[in-house]
Amino acid sequence: MSIVTVQLGQCGNQIGFEVFDALYTDSHCPQGLCSKRENEAYQASCKERFFSEEENGVPVARAVLVDMEPKVTNQTLSKAAQSGRWKYGQHSCFCQKQGSGNNWAYGYSVHGPRHEESIMNLIQKEVEKCDSLSGFFIIMSMAGGTGSGLGAFVTQNLQDQYSNSLKMNQIIWPYGTGEVIVQNYNSILTLSHLYRSSDALLVHENDALHKICAKLMNIKQISFSDINQVLAHQLGSVFQPTYSVEGSCHYRRNPLGDLMENLVPHPEFKMLGIRNIPQMSENSLAYSTFTWAGLLKHLRQMLISNSKMEEGIDWQVRPPLSGLPTLGKASLNRGLHFNMSIANLVILRGKDVHSADLGGFKDSALYTSWLEPINAFNVWKTQRAFSKYEKSAALVSNSQFLLKPLDTIVGKAWNMFASKAYIHQYTKFGIEEEDFLDSFTLLEQVVASYCNL
Amino acid sequence: MEEGVVNEILQGPLRDVFDSKQLITDISGSGNNWAVGHKVFGSLYQEQILEKLRKSAEHCDCLQCFFIIHSMGGGTGSGLGTFLLKLLEDEFPEVYRFVTSVYPSGEDDVITSPYNSILAMKELNEHADCVLPIDNQSLFDIISKIDLMVNSGKLGTTIKPKSLVTSSAGAVKKRHQKPFDAMNNIVANLLLNLTSSARFEGSLNMDLNEISMNLVPFPQLHYLVSSLTPLYTLADVNIPTRRLDQMFSDAFSKDHQLIRADPKHSLYLACALMLRGNVQVSDLRRNIERLKPSLQFVSWNQEGWKTSLCSVPPVGHSHSLLALANNTCVKPTFMELKERFMRLYKKKAHLHHYLQIEGMEESSFMEAVSSLSGLIEEYNQLDATKSMPVEDFPRLSIAV
Repeated sequence: MSIVTVQLGQCGNQIGFEVFDALYTDSHCPQGLCSKRENEAYQASCKERFFSEEENGVPVARAVLVDMEPKVTNQTLSKAAQSGRWKYGQHSCFCQKQGSGNNWAYGYSVHGPRHEESIMNLIQKEVEKCDSLSGFFIIMSMAGGTGSGLGAFVTQNLQDQYSNSLKMNQIIWPYGTGEVIVQNYNSILTLSHLYRSSDALLVHENDALHKICAKLMNIKQISFSDINQVLAHQLGSVFQPTYSVEGSCHYRRNPLGDLMENLVPHPEFKMLGIRNIPQMSENSLAYSTFTWAGLLKHLRQMLISNSKMEEGIDWQVRPPLSGLPTLGKASLNRGLHFNMSIANLVILRGKDVHSADLGGFKDSALYTSWLEPINAFNVWKTQRAFSKYEKSAALVSNSQFLLKPLDTIVGKAWNMFASKAYIHQYTKFGIEEEDFLDSFTLLEQVVASYCNL
Repeated sequence: MEEGVVNEILQGPLRDVFDSKQLITDISGSGNNWAVGHKVFGSLYQEQILEKLRKSAEHCDCLQCFFIIHSMGGGTGSGLGTFLLKLLEDEFPEVYRFVTSVYPSGEDDVITSPYNSILAMKELNEHADCVLPIDNQSLFDIISKIDLMVNSGKLGTTIKPKSLVTSSAGAVKKRHQKPFDAMNNIVANLLLNLTSSARFEGSLNMDLNEISMNLVPFPQLHYLVSSLTPLYTLADVNIPTRRLDQMFSDAFSKDHQLIRADPKHSLYLACALMLRGNVQVSDLRRNIERLKPSLQFVSWNQEGWKTSLCSVPPVGHSHSLLALANNTCVKPTFMELKERFMRLYKKKAHLHHYLQIEGMEESSFMEAVSSLSGLIEEYNQLDATKSMPVEDFPRLSIAV
């Protein structure tokens, strides 16, 4: 089954390019560490999900590019075409000239209705190319105007028009110390709208990705390109094919559906995060060897101590059996908190996957009481190695990991709202104070729900 | 409203850039009288101006913004310029109006400049989206600094030609024939950097409409203090991180601001950093972290930074930074202006030149002053919050 990707705004388009590039590069990686037949099945599966065929054999990404100003989409289209390996469809792009001015209201209330027909038509065309549709993957940032506002509008439309298909939104959580001054307003408006119309929100934080680039990848001057590549690597490690059942040799057909089924048991809790191990620069990789036991031990501790990378993990944090408070129940500002999970999915790729012991993740202390570990925890495997890593593990989790960042953003937006700063910029385009209050109410509810796990 | 300057442009090296059909001139000028510029020439030329504007607008696929460039102290720029502002607002309400205004310095030689400036201020308050105030004294100080650097012949420091923020033709040694050319080049560079992200590609683009969105928290407070760095580039090829960081530090020093202001010791409402050239997001983050503790931001906007990265550097540099600050440090400029106005007005000096123009009454002056006083009061109130502790507003409580 295929996934149609919608890339919105500068962030969405820049990331989208890196994602397709990573998927393509990995699927054509010569050292698959498995048989030729195996490798071909993997490639075919990846292709079906993300690429469609063109007459001259160059795969075309199943994607729609949307932006309200032309520079980024032009760049993205030409970068892909120049690579000679894959490209975007010639007519898959919709752009305008004027931008959204970092204004959520403009993206949602002006651009949305104005360009609804054109954008939905483009998406429809892409959907028609699929034999069968698994769902939509929408890539957008929360801080700007197009990705956030228009992204929210498009997601809502997808819900109306394709009510039987799944929608997963990849959203970018902005840096804590601003990139955009009104980023908190834009974020809360985006989150509250997506919470109502999306099926799952896959969240990546710029701060976390930045740290990974600095500490693990040892990049001195970090560019957005570097950050996006780390992100693309993480997404690839989740979305590339895996076997459908333990011991079978057929690749999973419906990645989005399976993800949702495993990870989103309740609509109140839809925020998912990815952790990936190992992550390092190519130079370091040449000198490292890994065991599954070691990788999984680190991954588990990354989960429960809410760490985003394998360096600087706090090994003091333990599950509540030892009497520690969970992230929520005590005050949100104290250290030594245990990150409670609702559901977890571990994806293992590479050598000797079948020998990996996942007992540590089946511990009921990790999970809320309303799901048995057997339902809360799932594992997907494939022998085919990912990218250059002989062994790699990804963890997609629905947990309290975003509780503190969410609470922080809501707090900051609330302070600004209470001073009425910048509100006139939004009311100018039809987003009233009531809409803000609705968003705040919804998000406070989400914060409380995660807090009380 | 007099032909001299425009004629010079038409004979100069840029004569082919300007469309001669789009030029409007008169003979006698406005006599440094805001009322003549605004009321007399305004009504006289309204139709012509509108017609030419519409023609220009038709050529645009998507018109986003008007730039108005003028001085506050004279008659035409100040009077007719602000008349134009109102016209644009009525005729093209959706299009942003950015105004670059040169404010009169203390030793200004136009006696009536305080009148002209205050009358123009009222219009800027009401009809401009964003104003970038500049003053000649600051520009002159920057030139002096550059000259000092160029002529000091310090060991091992040779300035790359063309890299001066004042250079136009590129030669470092040639004394500019007109005294204002070098100063004007600084303002030209300001506008170049402002629009660079809209013209060129980059990893984090920023359009002009984003400036207004992020830097204007309340409609009246739309005055942005600007600073440009670096002023020159030394001829070393390597750019160690230290120099890059120095560029950021300089942007906040009062010597690099284009008006007399000290943003570091006043309150920030918002700040934008527009970078050009080989600067990446990690350099940006590092410097924001470094400089933040020494800057005071208003309580509801503690992380009030807007950033942009454009890949293409300006000519002669490898990187550059334009900082725009919405900061209470503009207040002294406005207060001084008001004082100079009051000194003249109390004596009713030169008032008759204005009152004899139809449509001008004493109340026009009073309204203008009160508009300015209102603005100053807003800044005062914000400054009062400076030393108060930052308190969070109580959040909504949800029934669980």
